[in-house]
Amino acid sequence: MLRPVDAPTQEAPRLDAFASANGAVPAPAISVEGLVKRYGEVEAVRGIDFAVQAGETFGFLGPNGAGKSTTINMLCTLVQPSGGSAHVAGHDVVRERDDVRRNIGLVFQETTLDGYLTAEQNLSLHAELYGMPRATVAERLRQVMEMVGLWERRSSLVMTFSGGMKRRLEIARGLLHSPRVLFLDEPTVGLDPQTRSSIWSYIEELKRDEDITIFLTTHHMDEAEYCDRIAIMDRGTIVALDTPQALKASVAVDRVQIQTEDNEAAIAALRERFGIEATVAEGAVTFGVPAGAEFVPRLFDEWDPAHPAIRSVNVSRPSLDDVFMSYTGTTIRDAEESGQSDMHRNMARMMSR
Amino acid sequence: MAAETVTPARPGQPGASGGPPAGHVASVRVPARSLRSELRAIRVVWKRELIRFGRDRLRILTSLVQPFLFLFVLGTGISTLAAASTHGVNFKTFIYPGVLCMAVMFTAMFSAASIVWDREFGFLREMMVAPVRRSSIVLGKVAGGATVAALQGLIVIAIAGLVEIPYELGLILELFALSLLLAFAITSFGVMFAARINQMQSFMALMQMVIMPMFFLSGAMFSVANLPPWLAVLNRLDPLTYAVEPMRRAVFAHLNVNPLAAKALNPGITWWGWHVPTAVQVAVIALLGLAMLFIAIAEFSRAE
Repeated sequence: MLRPVDAPTQEAPRLDAFASANGAVPAPAISVEGLVKRYGEVEAVRGIDFAVQAGETFGFLGPNGAGKSTTINMLCTLVQPSGGSAHVAGHDVVRERDDVRRNIGLVFQETTLDGYLTAEQNLSLHAELYGMPRATVAERLRQVMEMVGLWERRSSLVMTFSGGMKRRLEIARGLLHSPRVLFLDEPTVGLDPQTRSSIWSYIEELKRDEDITIFLTTHHMDEAEYCDRIAIMDRGTIVALDTPQALKASVAVDRVQIQTEDNEAAIAALRERFGIEATVAEGAVTFGVPAGAEFVPRLFDEWDPAHPAIRSVNVSRPSLDDVFMSYTGTTIRDAEESGQSDMHRNMARMMSR
Repeated sequence: MAAETVTPARPGQPGASGGPPAGHVASVRVPARSLRSELRAIRVVWKRELIRFGRDRLRILTSLVQPFLFLFVLGTGISTLAAASTHGVNFKTFIYPGVLCMAVMFTAMFSAASIVWDREFGFLREMMVAPVRRSSIVLGKVAGGATVAALQGLIVIAIAGLVEIPYELGLILELFALSLLLAFAITSFGVMFAARINQMQSFMALMQMVIMPMFFLSGAMFSVANLPPWLAVLNRLDPLTYAVEPMRRAVFAHLNVNPLAAKALNPGITWWGWHVPTAVQVAVIALLGLAMLFIAIAEFSRAE
């Protein structure tokens, strides 16, 4: 049963079906070319390129102020790019703003719910704003609320919800109009670890049940592991982009940490005898070697009794932390703590809102 | 079925394909923007204001405090002083239109202020990213604020009997229509400022700075005849004058007062000696309201 008002757009799906029947390569869900955003003198995003395939979960990883949120805001048409171009679901984010908006769902860092309305009212308000076909609203609304486990609380005022419940409701709302791309800006920020893992299990479930592309930002390394591919962003540029496994493999060394009585002397000894440059990180002498597990026996064989005694050894496979470190020369935590420029960037962003 | 699993139209790339969503999921499709979707957006933003107003019983009650203070405390107190010059007309009856205007104004400004709250609590963003025109959001907001303020006015109209104003349908309708018009103009005014102001404190300060002078200059508490020139000029420049005066004219038309009292208390507005007809006064308010509405829409459309 076709509604008369929908008639003009009803043609398009057939075109799509035709194209895929011919075996056309699916268009990327997101494609970005030379995207730039300047706030006055500050370049928050300095010309980035990437493409996200349909159905992918794509993560933007980087410290606060790296330009992740600015990028996401440009992709979801909230911020005008200063240069370059971006397409989301096949539409230009500047010239076809409405078409982009119809095809995306958004979950922001800060809550954007109306606390004075019930959960259900918030969602039906969204359905109306997005002009969802009336006949589909009730069923879809129930489906997304059940998915995030809030159907029983549908008549409660949102202001009575906990932070995790609000975030879940926002995810449900972002999915309500069946977007093709879901943007999650720091979906777990400010949540306790337990809620965080439950949010992630919803996202995993989402990937299984819905044909959807997920674009998310995070500054938690462990969360980036959930993504099919990640882009590491630092100071407005993408410094690495690949699957988490490939990125880790690209760091061809294992991390070895040794606890010694005298770190300075141990570092000197490592340099003399093994030609290894070590540093002190997290209170231990830290260095990278290929095949760390095989290196440890050699270390003890050749360790002179005159050198400071080794109290413990720890060998670890490269983590995303190491990946981040090898591409940016700093750990993500240090990157967040340092950086006057990052603060300026955030301020510029706040002022432009 | 409207619930078919279909991919949205992508006129820009006819050859591109994401494939239709698979599986059992009840997928929906957001149709392209149409007049109908804009009207739905306006309606839902308007409805949200009403839901929130209906839920806030305390606000409905507290906003009655001020009209009561003006009418029954100030009104009663001054009526002993003013008895000589009101020619037998109850002073409370005389100030009633002004008090009604004030109640409407305050509610309308509070409704507009909710945009500032919405921005602080993030909800404004949810509305701004929706695939509808910003003008629809602003229109819904102004319509909602105006409706809420006019309903508040209706509550004040309900107590008209306490100040010797007869409950006649024609008069009630006339007062309500004027309240609605004023509510629309003031909400537009407030929304116009709310587009620029990010902090509730600043907005409240601005509100005090604008509303009180408007109220005092409007002739809500005094007769506009025989004023000293400086006050007469300010009075004619105050838009609220053109809302108070038609209301007072309507009230007096339904009272039995001697011609002397009518002349002293309800002299009508003059521009350089010309008696301004009610239609012109109503037009002044309506045009100002529309102008501010357009500015508000322009402001919100420009904002990123």
